[in-house]
Amino acid sequence: MSILVYAEHDNTQIKGATLNTIAAAKAIGGDIHVLVAGQNCGAAAEAASRIDGVAKVLVADNAAFAHQLAENVASLVAEIGKGYSHILAPATSNGKNFAPRAAALLDSQMISEISGVVSADTFKRPIYAGNAIATVQSSDAIKVLTVRGTAFDPVKAEGGSAAVEAVAGGKDVGVSKFVGEELAKSDRPELTAARIVVSGGRGMGSSDNFKIIEALADKLGAAVGASRAAVDAGYAPNDMQVGQTGKIVAPELYVAVGISGAIQHLAGMKDSKVIVAINKDEEAPIFQVADYGLVADLFTAVPELTKLV
Amino acid sequence: MKVLVAVKRVVDYNVKVRVKPDHSDVDLNNIKMALNPFCEIAIEEAVRLKEKGIAKEIVAVSVGPKEAQEQIRTALALGADRGILVETAEKVQPLGIAKVLKALVDQEKPDLIILGKQSIDGDNNQTGQMLAALAGVSQGTYASKVDVAGGKVTVVREIDGGLQTVEITLPAVVTTDLRLNEPRYASLPNIMKAKKKPLDVTTPDALGIDVKPRVATLKVEPPSERKAGIKVADVAELAAKLKNEAKVI
Ligand SMILES: Cc1cc2nc3c(=O)[nH]c(=O)nc-3n(C[C@H](O)[C@H](O)[C@H](O)COP(=O)(O)OP(=O)(O)OC[C@H]3O[C@@H](n4cnc5c(N)ncnc54)[C@H](O)[C@@H]3O)c2cc1C
Ligand SMILES: Nc1ncnc2c1ncn2[C@@H]1O[C@H](COP(=O)(O)O)[C@@H](O)[C@H]1O
Repeated sequence: MSILVYAEHDNTQIKGATLNTIAAAKAIGGDIHVLVAGQNCGAAAEAASRIDGVAKVLVADNAAFAHQLAENVASLVAEIGKGYSHILAPATSNGKNFAPRAAALLDSQMISEISGVVSADTFKRPIYAGNAIATVQSSDAIKVLTVRGTAFDPVKAEGGSAAVEAVAGGKDVGVSKFVGEELAKSDRPELTAARIVVSGGRGMGSSDNFKIIEALADKLGAAVGASRAAVDAGYAPNDMQVGQTGKIVAPELYVAVGISGAIQHLAGMKDSKVIVAINKDEEAPIFQVADYGLVADLFTAVPELTKLV
Repeated sequence: MKVLVAVKRVVDYNVKVRVKPDHSDVDLNNIKMALNPFCEIAIEEAVRLKEKGIAKEIVAVSVGPKEAQEQIRTALALGADRGILVETAEKVQPLGIAKVLKALVDQEKPDLIILGKQSIDGDNNQTGQMLAALAGVSQGTYASKVDVAGGKVTVVREIDGGLQTVEITLPAVVTTDLRLNEPRYASLPNIMKAKKKPLDVTTPDALGIDVKPRVATLKVEPPSERKAGIKVADVAELAAKLKNEAKVI
């Protein structure tokens, strides 16, 4: 059995989600090969070769993969992946974009966002916004999986010394073109990897008021998250949305401020170790999952808390 | 331009589903069903393209039980011109759905195919990408803005770090994210009109597609419940608990 793990990277460094995905590959068992596809991605490939538990790194260095266009990446993964029993990708927006396309090219019924490995062909995954956990068994020869990062402790980024091998394959399919991107720049920790997350909801009232959340986050060294309502209202950018259809987080501490606790929001944060809710409505469902609930007006409570921590 | 929109019948998003006592599946008996919210956004986008004079015809298609006609009727009431139900009692998985949709794409030859990014029951987030692969066309997933002009679609995509813009060539698959548009409500006259719009029914067999599942569900369990916490009296108590009891700050 050998497993191909698709690396998430920025051509220079390997992103954290890759380490969680390799942890899932380890749980399945077998030789682990990591595919680094990008442009001028040699440094990322070198970094991948040092990851604990990796047997081989395959590098596909080609302008066609520069912006991870799904058409091009999927053609590569489907070609290289033919020789493997499993193909794993992180359940990031990138992994979710190309993996189903690659799976269809391989005639494999992919399994999305696994949260547990039962055996080489049997996996656990949340369904219905996390209100149920399904145990599913694949009968496909090549199993294509995306991996929920929060469910697997990352492997060590150092300690390995895998061989690095250039691979050909894949192509510019020629039907899509990268135009541009607007990426949020922030000195705060990355949302899905942060030890503490402070999130604001519709209760914040304006994007200006979100500064109250940011001040608390900065004091705690935390990442900032948001509910869908806060993002829809323009208080926070889309990449901060936590929930069923946003990001999945499981920090040691999650502070929900002015968030009611709809099931779609809970789906993204209820595996956090400690949950704090600050809400002026004592009936708000968020209190049902909070370890510490404070019924208070956030505009007085949050600045006060910022002072005390 | 012809637009095909795939719509799915799912449990209403307000419902908190429960697992059956025998752990075979979730219990959907007497539960309110609805159009998948992302599919509503897909229909709305198609209707806006029609209102702009870009789309000529909108075909709403669904794969599912006879009752999925209700969701196709909703799509027709929102502005789709006709519907196709591929009727089956099987719980078809995304690859099977994508194969059925590919067969319909071969028949209908749409320029643009719009799907939701995710169905809120299975949370798969696969079908659009799979269909694009099988049809050999481009894909613009997680769209928060769509512009169609000159045989191309410019799609602003919601990605982990922010927003990405791609230009894809028609025919193309687009999948909708939450902020692409705000779907309208169907008016009563439009609901009445929808009843007279054509709705064809076919089957996977008639299309020559095998929809047998490849992935077996062995069991479905409730998630581990969090134990109830406490209410603190004030901010000082909260800060103290976080420091001394939970020891997280
Ligand atoms: C298909 C679909 C997908 C979705 N995906 C997601 C998702 O991924 N993530 C997500 O978050 N949601 C998602 N939602 C939306 C979800 O259903 C809720 O609408 C949303 O989470 C509500 O956000 P909120 O709690 O900020 O707003 P509200 O529900 O409006 O709650 C605001 C809260 O703020 C409190 N408040 C107001 N003022 C103050 C104050 N001064 N001090 C203290 N408290 C105050 C109120 O008491 C209230 O509880 C999705 C919905 C659908 C249909
Ligand atoms: N049974 C179905 N019938 C029609 N369209 C579907 C069906 N299942 C999924 N889709 C489409 O694919 C999208 C994504 O679904 P999924 O891949 O299951 O998350 C949905 O929003 C629909 O547009």
